[in-house]
Amino acid sequence: MTPNRILWLVVKLAAAAAMAAAGYAIFFIAPDEQTMHDIQRIFYIHVASAWTAGVAFLIVALAGVLYLVKRQPRFDWLGIAAAETGVAFTSVVLITGPIWAKPIWGIWWTWDARLTLTFVLWLMYIAYLLLRSLIEDPQRRSVLCAVYGIFAFADVPLVYMSIRWWRTQHPQPVIGGGQGSGLDPTMWKVLLFTWAAVSLLFALMIRQRYRLESARYQTEVLRQELEDRKEAPAAPSRA
Amino acid sequence: MATRSQLVRESGVTSAPAAAAPLWRGAWAIFAKEVRTEFRTRELLTTTAVFALMVVFLFSFSFDPSREESRRFGPGLLWIAILFAGTLMLEPSFLREQANETLSALRLAPIQPCAILLGKTMANFLFLTITEALLLPAFAVFYDVRLWPVLPGVLLALALGTLGIVVPGTIFAAITAHARMREMLLPLLLFPVLISVLIPGTEATAALLADPPEWPSLWLKLLAGADVIYLVAAYLLFDSVLEE
Repeated sequence: MTPNRILWLVVKLAAAAAMAAAGYAIFFIAPDEQTMHDIQRIFYIHVASAWTAGVAFLIVALAGVLYLVKRQPRFDWLGIAAAETGVAFTSVVLITGPIWAKPIWGIWWTWDARLTLTFVLWLMYIAYLLLRSLIEDPQRRSVLCAVYGIFAFADVPLVYMSIRWWRTQHPQPVIGGGQGSGLDPTMWKVLLFTWAAVSLLFALMIRQRYRLESARYQTEVLRQELEDRKEAPAAPSRA
Repeated sequence: MATRSQLVRESGVTSAPAAAAPLWRGAWAIFAKEVRTEFRTRELLTTTAVFALMVVFLFSFSFDPSREESRRFGPGLLWIAILFAGTLMLEPSFLREQANETLSALRLAPIQPCAILLGKTMANFLFLTITEALLLPAFAVFYDVRLWPVLPGVLLALALGTLGIVVPGTIFAAITAHARMREMLLPLLLFPVLISVLIPGTEATAALLADPPEWPSLWLKLLAGADVIYLVAAYLLFDSVLEE
């Protein structure tokens, strides 16, 4: 094993340990919530995933800008890696949310501003992934996905404002608890620790996906080269 | 596919893009070409207008609204019909160029690439506005909406919303023109992004049609803001969309 691989193995083990520790902290260190009791504990994973997904979509937009400016394939790989991981974490948010909401609100879903925005984001980046899978030409795929990633991210504040004003025009459901103004200090610490653990996991997932995309790209380049040689056998390929 | 500058170099023509016509002249030429092509057959306008009418018509079966209810559902229905019609109409704007590779020809023309997108956006704006002009009276009649007193406000909301639909719509049509399953893909890309037009558009129309009518300055500002952001984003990104 090369030192580099040992280093990454250590990072992976650290991520696994951090996730396990976060699980322990959530169930045994975080204090019991007065009204919601144990169901509130899902909050740590829920919020940490939501923050991570936000970071992921920011990375998609930044990678898109960098790709359009520098035209290096690695920014494209970063973009797809972040988009896919972001969709995964948004899915976690959308699944854990209703599990909490059903016993607390009495309903699985409500068209509250933040819920709606999360759902729209999820749809947007699923569309991004679909777009990626449906364009054949690699170069063009990178450019067009970068454009869509930037456009979608620029649209997020607009979507958020319309949804917020839309909702405040109507009677709002009573939001029980959640992160109000006062979160218990221990709860804050557990939340931040969980977020750190999830971020580490996120970084590893991005790296994995990035390497997969890079390998895919190199395979494609090699295949192209092979085909070019087959098509032009007369050309002095040995030169 | 060689880039434009390569082709220019190879062909020995020394007129660099500096000699390109001014933006508005180029955009106007593209706009005139789009309009001419469309009005020779009118097939796009006909199908889209009929489709939009059909949506408005079908909604009345699925909701069977009373007068009060139609005031509540009406605005949303109108905007959904416009959004669907717009998506349907935007698809061919770049697809039409594919049959004979005419997009490459446009790219070779001595105009700025921005002019291609701008001209097509203007044409799409006109087509969607015409569809809305046909849809609005039908909507008012079917759903017993008193449109006349608040017409200026409704028209303003429609104009701002239409711009907000066609600017990202034209860019996304250019994007999906290169993809498989493009007919399905365009709405998937467009609808989530256009929530920021659908909500303010619907709310503005609802406020205007309420009894008594209110002036929806907040929603109109939001629509205008969306238009500005889309135009800026389109201006910054169009070059990448059209490159080969």
